[in-house]
Amino acid sequence: MQAIEYIAPASLAEAIKVLAHHGGAARALAGGTDVIIQAREGRRNVSVMVDVKHIAETTELSLSPDGSLRVGAATSCARIYDNAEVARLFPALIESVSLIGGIQIQSRASLGGNLCNSSPAADSIPTLIALAATCEIAGPGGKRSVAVEDFCTAPGQNVLQPGELLVALTFPAPKPHSGAAFERFIPRNEMDIAVVNAAASVTLAADGSTFESGRIAMGAVAPTPLFVKAAGDALAGRPVSAATIDAAAAAASAAAKPITDMRGSAPQRTHLAGVLTKRVINKAVERARGA
Amino acid sequence: MSGRTYVSAKINGEQMDFLCEPRQSLLEVLRDELGMTGSKEGCNNGNCGACNVIMNGVLVNACCVLGVEAQGGTIVTIEGVASGEDLHPLQRTFLDDAALQCGICTPGFIVAAKALLDKEPDADEARIRHWLAGNLCRCTGYDKIVHAVLDAADVMRKTPAKV
Repeated sequence: MQAIEYIAPASLAEAIKVLAHHGGAARALAGGTDVIIQAREGRRNVSVMVDVKHIAETTELSLSPDGSLRVGAATSCARIYDNAEVARLFPALIESVSLIGGIQIQSRASLGGNLCNSSPAADSIPTLIALAATCEIAGPGGKRSVAVEDFCTAPGQNVLQPGELLVALTFPAPKPHSGAAFERFIPRNEMDIAVVNAAASVTLAADGSTFESGRIAMGAVAPTPLFVKAAGDALAGRPVSAATIDAAAAAASAAAKPITDMRGSAPQRTHLAGVLTKRVINKAVERARGA
Repeated sequence: MSGRTYVSAKINGEQMDFLCEPRQSLLEVLRDELGMTGSKEGCNNGNCGACNVIMNGVLVNACCVLGVEAQGGTIVTIEGVASGEDLHPLQRTFLDDAALQCGICTPGFIVAAKALLDKEPDADEARIRHWLAGNLCRCTGYDKIVHAVLDAADVMRKTPAKV
């Protein structure tokens, strides 16, 4: 790795000052499972690593009494899935963070890092979108909020400007009669990058017979993780039936614009987009009826 | 440009002070600065687990950690697994069950398995296989490794832990 400077600020204000001072040469360091490797392999030009694991706001994991959740951007996957109450309320999030790499990766890799790495195949991002999570960003000019579906702009790129830091992700409390689920297709059982992944969250009418609303998102089918509004719209107001879910899956397949690469062909990915969408909606419905 | 940074950490129970460059991984620091060559470099990108150490109580790939991040922390490496001349039950069962061939992956597997059994002494085969998914072995086909971990768990349940 090229020579770097390492700074470990103890407060958010100090971190913003350091990031703003160094501009584009600085990167936030949380779990390091992407950024350290990328810097070493010359895939990202980093001359200052700003360790954001000693800051209260970036390391908190707090569930409000109303069920809304705030996850500091540097919080590790393992800390999230080890929290029984978070696991009970946000099973789709747990499904995502418990299959990012192996145990060694999960004990360091952070939710914010997975988002800021902005891979089109990132395993947490479709779930963040389906759960309507919001990015809390701090910078020299103050704070701003960005919906997760608007965060990634291209493979490895996002809306963060030099000097800005992703501080936390916030999740609205799960509504009554709602459920969510995440699935990934890979050709082996563990430790692989998604051929396609998908997440759904649905809210049902109290009797469980009708969809009130739905949010569907997919990964590895476009240059950025994809929020498929049309698929959610295909559910809203319709009966919970195979025909409704098929229509949403068809909308997801139609929205997929995948490439062919070593992990899968474009037609296979388009097909998988529909299959996974159907599965995650069914699982989300099951959870909504149990909720 | 940036010079060497002073770092103080507890490694295998011993307080150690050392200097390292911020760009050096914890794995490079352990091997090149501290002469602890038990942790191996396999892939150097977080895929193979040969460099596994326990840092602040959790299993990590030392190649994905900067040495300077160890400041104030606690690290257990393969060198800290045995108690003096007494091999850890995992080291014993890896030998008894012939759970290694070339041996490069073995320190990582033993540290990873120790992290699991310290936390979950009753881990079953499925749990062990899942936990060890982040450790690659190109020789054994994994069966003997999994059996060695199951056998060590058995031994550890029957003998009180030495801490």
